Amino acid sequence: MPAPEPGSASRDTAKLMNRSDLIQRLVAKLAREEAVIGGIGHTNHDLWASGQRPQNFYMLGSMGLAVPIALGVALAQPQRQVFALEGDGSLLMQLGALGTVAMSAPKNLAIVVFDNGVYQITGSQPTLTSYRTDLVAIARGAGLMQSAWAADEAHFDGLIDIALQGSGPWFIATRTDDQPPAGVTDRDATRIRSRFMQGLGVSR
Amino acid sequence: MPLENAARMPAEAWDEIVVRVLKANEVKLITYVPDKVLAPLIKRVHADGFFTVLCPAREEEAAGIVTGAYMAGCRGIVLMQTSGFASLPNVLASLAVPYQIPLLMMISERGTLGDHQLGQAIVCRTMRPILESLGIEHHVITRLEDVEFIVERMIKQAFATQAPAAMILSPLLTNKTGKK
Repeated sequence: MPAPEPGSASRDTAKLMNRSDLIQRLVAKLAREEAVIGGIGHTNHDLWASGQRPQNFYMLGSMGLAVPIALGVALAQPQRQVFALEGDGSLLMQLGALGTVAMSAPKNLAIVVFDNGVYQITGSQPTLTSYRTDLVAIARGAGLMQSAWAADEAHFDGLIDIALQGSGPWFIATRTDDQPPAGVTDRDATRIRSRFMQGLGVSR
Repeated sequence: MPLENAARMPAEAWDEIVVRVLKANEVKLITYVPDKVLAPLIKRVHADGFFTVLCPAREEEAAGIVTGAYMAGCRGIVLMQTSGFASLPNVLASLAVPYQIPLLMMISERGTLGDHQLGQAIVCRTMRPILESLGIEHHVITRLEDVEFIVERMIKQAFATQAPAAMILSPLLTNKTGKK
């Protein structure tokens, strides 16, 4: 596999991809019970639709906390690879979390952002990324030096492969289209929590 | 203080007791947003290799980190002041309470008993109504001799009942007894 060049794409040149397809690509690579935290909204709907792995956690509220929750998992189980999946609107709510991840620098954490430039679930009002804001530039500025726009699907696959080698923390941003999610998460918070804990081998 | 009272007082400061009880209950992950009253406790946990200590940018982040760590098998706590607690209701109502997370919170109570900051005083009055409307167990600690009992019991109950818990440190504790 040729090593991807993390800095070769920009937000303007990155291919517009499909969130559901990218999440399926990511999940298809997970062979070691990696944990995946799906942020609020369409992000966790598409994670749900990709197959309900016990190691998936679906946020039904607490907008912006996918990265902090994933960081907590990564710190508690350093042997397990952890992915935080967030939308651009969600990440913009909790930008300080990027600095916290950079400070604690867990090798087993990767943040994957789906930037469609809008708050899709509330009627596609534009987010700040539709104007001047570049999330990869923000991540680098927060101290996450391994931050990249995925140029296309193949580049995305390569970046995920690198993150899976425990070389984190990684910040992988994707440009995504306006397609609706492929499913809707079942809204049973306690079941989500207890199943996730079982999936991580934790008894309460 | 009068001698008869001194004889009954624990030898440890409140922050020493809290550290001892956290350790005894395997609470290893300490997250905090700084507060002057909590400073001796923060200094103590930083100096103790038992703990993993993180200072994120916001209390919401701290609550998320502790939630994730709990689900992955590591117990944690969020240290904050009253105004920081006031930034948490959405996270408590949409994460900690519905997902039944034993989110431990230790809140230094500012804005009362002589605080000179109006903002702190107003926000302080929102704390208990928020905790009560969310049905979150909370107790205020006012006396040094109650620290161990309350902290120990609240931690145990939080994990036994899968529920968040708020331990409120009154100036009666931290201002009167913390400066020994």
